[in-house]
Amino acid sequence: MSHGELPGPGPGERTHPDGRRNSQGIRIDPEAEAERSAERAVLSALVTHEPGVLAEISGLFSRRQFNIESLTVGPTVDGSLARMTIVIEEPRPGIDQAKKQLEKRIPVISVRELDGSAVQRELVIVKVNGDNPDQVNAITDMYDGQTLDAGPRTVTVEITGDQQKIDDAVDAYRQFGIRELVRTGYAALARGEAPTAQVSEPNQAPTEAQVATEEVTDD
Amino acid sequence: MSKRTPVARTEQDDGDGPSEHPDGETADRSEESGIETGAEAVVAGLESAGVEYLFGVTGGAIMPVYDALYEHEELTHITMAHEQGAAHAADAYGIVSGRPGVCMATSGPGATNLVTGIADANMDSDPLVALTGQVPTDFVGNDAFQETDTIGVTQPVTKYNIFADDEATVGNDIGTAWALANEGRQGPTLVDLPKDITQAETDQRPEEPSTPDTYDPPATAEAVMVEAGAETLAGAERPLVLAGGGVIKGEATEELATVAREFDIPVVTTMPGTGAFPQTDPLSQGIAGMHGTGYANMAISNCDVMLAVGTRFDDRLTGDIETFAPDAEILHIDIDPAEISKNVEADYPLVGDAGIVLEQLLRAMPGRPAAEAWREQCRTWQEEYPLDYEAPTDEPLKPQYIVERFDEATPADTIVAAGVGQHQMWAWQYWTFTEPRTWVSSHGLGTMGYAVPAAIGAKLAAPDREVVAFDGDGSFLMTAQELTVAAREGLDITIVVLNNEAVGMVRQWQDGFYGGRHMASEYPWVPQFDMVAEAFGAKGLRAESYDDLEETIQEAREYDGPAVIDAAIDPTEDVYPMVPSGGDNARFALNADQLEGL
Repeated sequence: MSHGELPGPGPGERTHPDGRRNSQGIRIDPEAEAERSAERAVLSALVTHEPGVLAEISGLFSRRQFNIESLTVGPTVDGSLARMTIVIEEPRPGIDQAKKQLEKRIPVISVRELDGSAVQRELVIVKVNGDNPDQVNAITDMYDGQTLDAGPRTVTVEITGDQQKIDDAVDAYRQFGIRELVRTGYAALARGEAPTAQVSEPNQAPTEAQVATEEVTDD
Repeated sequence: MSKRTPVARTEQDDGDGPSEHPDGETADRSEESGIETGAEAVVAGLESAGVEYLFGVTGGAIMPVYDALYEHEELTHITMAHEQGAAHAADAYGIVSGRPGVCMATSGPGATNLVTGIADANMDSDPLVALTGQVPTDFVGNDAFQETDTIGVTQPVTKYNIFADDEATVGNDIGTAWALANEGRQGPTLVDLPKDITQAETDQRPEEPSTPDTYDPPATAEAVMVEAGAETLAGAERPLVLAGGGVIKGEATEELATVAREFDIPVVTTMPGTGAFPQTDPLSQGIAGMHGTGYANMAISNCDVMLAVGTRFDDRLTGDIETFAPDAEILHIDIDPAEISKNVEADYPLVGDAGIVLEQLLRAMPGRPAAEAWREQCRTWQEEYPLDYEAPTDEPLKPQYIVERFDEATPADTIVAAGVGQHQMWAWQYWTFTEPRTWVSSHGLGTMGYAVPAAIGAKLAAPDREVVAFDGDGSFLMTAQELTVAAREGLDITIVVLNNEAVGMVRQWQDGFYGGRHMASEYPWVPQFDMVAEAFGAKGLRAESYDDLEETIQEAREYDGPAVIDAAIDPTEDVYPMVPSGGDNARFALNADQLEGL
């Protein structure tokens, strides 16, 4: 006999509900619904511009196992604020959770998920072998790129665009032999009048700093 | 020597002589504020937050702050034996008082020793402020003596931390840290205090503690959601309240009891929620989770609507998420939006202050659930799955019996502290908790060694109440040195070591899941804890049989100071019920055979 044992009907003799949840804690029809698959989301976060914030946010993503594709950060017109653009790939509950975990950190002022209509850009710098400069130029023109540096052995170009365009351009440059490349990750703002993450709540009047930010970025 | 210490000053200089005070030149300027240095601003910041006690250990980089405490009347510093003890004592002070406890340590090892206690507070949302010394700012990043990147190390385990880089605002940093630890979802904060900042001249008196303008924890839940949730709850056939630690932290026990009693809904509590609802109430359905009662876990598994308040659905509570309350629509009240649908989807997310949202819900309820049959079922489960044990007097002492005798002997508002392991589970299961803030334990982090320093912090927070700490032999050995603090401060606490000469919970798992291979879990070399206690200046007692147990309990309680009972318990006793890790709550094991069958 094991010590500490207790009386009562055993596990098999107990009433048990028929329902079930999936691994995301969502009640499901046990026979029907599959788990939700990952999707891509662009999050914009306005944060206080102070030392350690980037480490705090990147640490948050890594320790909670959120899968991020890119994270960019830079100052805004208001010197006390920085904007982060984070591309995340997670099932919907994970994206929602990531937004809430971001919002919870004290230096994060606001977070907004941008929809597909948002203005999104990434920049790539590619250094290819310079054996066929004319052909390289032709491809650079095709993708509205610019040549940044051309020498006897290498040509370095920049292309700006969305992810698909950059992927395509990089593929096209492969034929020359890519020596090195660097991608910046996404920068994004909501299109038109729609606000990106901002200092005040949407129903409040925008602050001066925020108006200034928007004026500049609209250019 | 000038007041502002040259940054190149070596660590060896630190212990030499008394700290210099400013000369006449600066004294004029600071007359009005009474502040002369950054360190004094730190102390003023603590004062303006109403801090009574500091739990700490001194050291090089924090010495200016200690010096500012010299001959200080309002703040009492409790010198702990180890920084981990300081953090746990402050944590327990926070749990019992409801206000942030404050711990303090030097840079480097002082700070890293605090980390376990800070992480513990973070997991349990306990209000805690940690102050750490740091090497002078010019040295930061140079791997200076006793330098650790405390901000980096503690970032994942704090609600917020601040590197104080300006003597003019360092006092405000203290207030911000205190207010953030206290407001919204409580938690630990830290201020890292470089030595040049605390030594620098400033006459800036700190402002009242306040959170940053951008920090705005929600109070009321969305009315539409409250109404929809209320309708669902009123229409439930098998309603259940799940009360978590947030009910206690949010001071919402009365509102919770009102909702439960008004609508006749059984109440289950989580481990941190212990005391959120009196276990003597007819609607109490007990404690839930891995070692919760069978009747609580049956109610959780079978309810059709769950009102969950201030809980984060920890895996020790839910077991396998796929089988957790699988039929239940869930109303989830929490002040932290990030807890909503983190582990279990909330059908009705009710983000706000627990007490306020419960009142909203109370007003919105269109009627009472027709749940007589369900309540009857809950009572049947209570009869079917009682917590029970036999205590034959010719066998070694049963730990459950010791817990029950202590419970009987002590007043209802007695504070129970515990370490982590089997003893913790027996204390939790067999004590009858009727009041909030009487169960002081390490839940989320499961920190062995919590009990002794926690009893110290708890006693200082509630000097008029009795404090009993249950500890295990393994757990006790991790922080027993803090007894020296209890003895020095004359703290009237009783520590009961339920001694089975093993890390019992690990051994139980080894028996259940590792074929009985007792690797590193048995401690046949444990010291005599009563003698250890005496050596530290506490009263040492032994309990080895049923004959003199009650006498020993009386003697320990009556002793005016810390007393330790080394209780030799039945080493074969295990903790049941048990839901194996990741198991189905409704399939809890009542004995070892059932455990193997799962």
